Amino acid sequence: MERNLTMIALFAALIAALGLIPKFTLGFGVPITAQTLGVMLCGTVLGAWRGGLAALLFVGLVALGLPLLAGGRGGLGVFASPTVGFLVGFPIGAFVTGFIMDQWRSAPVGLAAGVASVIGGTLVVYIFGIFGMMMTLNKTVVEATLLVQAFIPGDLIKAVLAGFITSGLAKARPASLLSRA
Amino acid sequence: MISLTSPVETRAHHWPAGAKLAALCAATLVLFAVEDPAWQFAFCAGMLLLYALPGRAFLRVGLGRLRMLWPFVALILLWHLLTDDFGVGMVIALRMGTAVGLANLVTMTTKLSDMMGVVRWLAAPLRRFGVRTRSLELAVALVVRFTPVLASKGQMLSLAWRARSRRRAGWRIIMPFTVLAIDDAEHVAEALRARGGL
Repeated sequence: MERNLTMIALFAALIAALGLIPKFTLGFGVPITAQTLGVMLCGTVLGAWRGGLAALLFVGLVALGLPLLAGGRGGLGVFASPTVGFLVGFPIGAFVTGFIMDQWRSAPVGLAAGVASVIGGTLVVYIFGIFGMMMTLNKTVVEATLLVQAFIPGDLIKAVLAGFITSGLAKARPASLLSRA
Repeated sequence: MISLTSPVETRAHHWPAGAKLAALCAATLVLFAVEDPAWQFAFCAGMLLLYALPGRAFLRVGLGRLRMLWPFVALILLWHLLTDDFGVGMVIALRMGTAVGLANLVTMTTKLSDMMGVVRWLAAPLRRFGVRTRSLELAVALVVRFTPVLASKGQMLSLAWRARSRRRAGWRIIMPFTVLAIDDAEHVAEALRARGGL
């Protein structure tokens, strides 16, 4: 019980801290923040329920007015802005990522984590993100997708990295990989 | 930890947080129901007036927070200029600006402890079903405490990397960074159990 609570809280703090460390640029010049990588790791390390709750706790604290999003943003204003969908998608994306990790136990950890992150951390999050843009900006699906498409390759790369990082964690701290415990 | 509450004390700081949130919900519903550009202009002007009332310092900080909306405003106006229904674009941009502005206003005038009070009140029905909401409050405290701790540990990691390599620390430090978070979580869990648990 205590362990579940501290794991959820520390991973919520991890998402926030990953938004605070400066952006890093991938080989071919795509600047990305590590924040969504944190959301994927919640799912791949903690599993469906705990991972989803960790991301939910993070989003809840942003709503309460803490500047935890990359670039020091936060507060209720974020929930009225066009990017609201991504924020709402974080907990659900982390849940789906964790759900796939929980279910697909026959696959190696790294592969399962990578695939789960592509589906949960990218596909699911973008579905919510695009829906949020449609609502706030009054656009069609195609138009909203056009607006966010530049960020999709970066997030796919992050999903692959999440796979590598999770397989590293499985070796470094096997007992703490709750999604496979 | 730094929060987004304005240090400039306004009268709204003393209003009940629940009432402010309810008013925000109502205002947002109205904003999305009205399609007339004249009304949207009036709402937006009213929102700006609210920012101006507590003085210049408050206005400057408040408008600074809305800066992230400019790319979207520009994009929407340009889009609708090209598809020649500029009026619609105007309404969408104004509505977005007003909605974000009002929400931000509530955040700027409400302390974190008051917001937690609203959460506690909303969670009250759950307590009746035997859910222990105290653990939620403990989790919030842990996140607030450990975000700066983890951030500084991340900085140490990246310094350690730079002491050894001429290249920049990329995604490779995220694995050890996550290990640090996991170890902290295990230690805190053990400490909580040693002190009688939840």
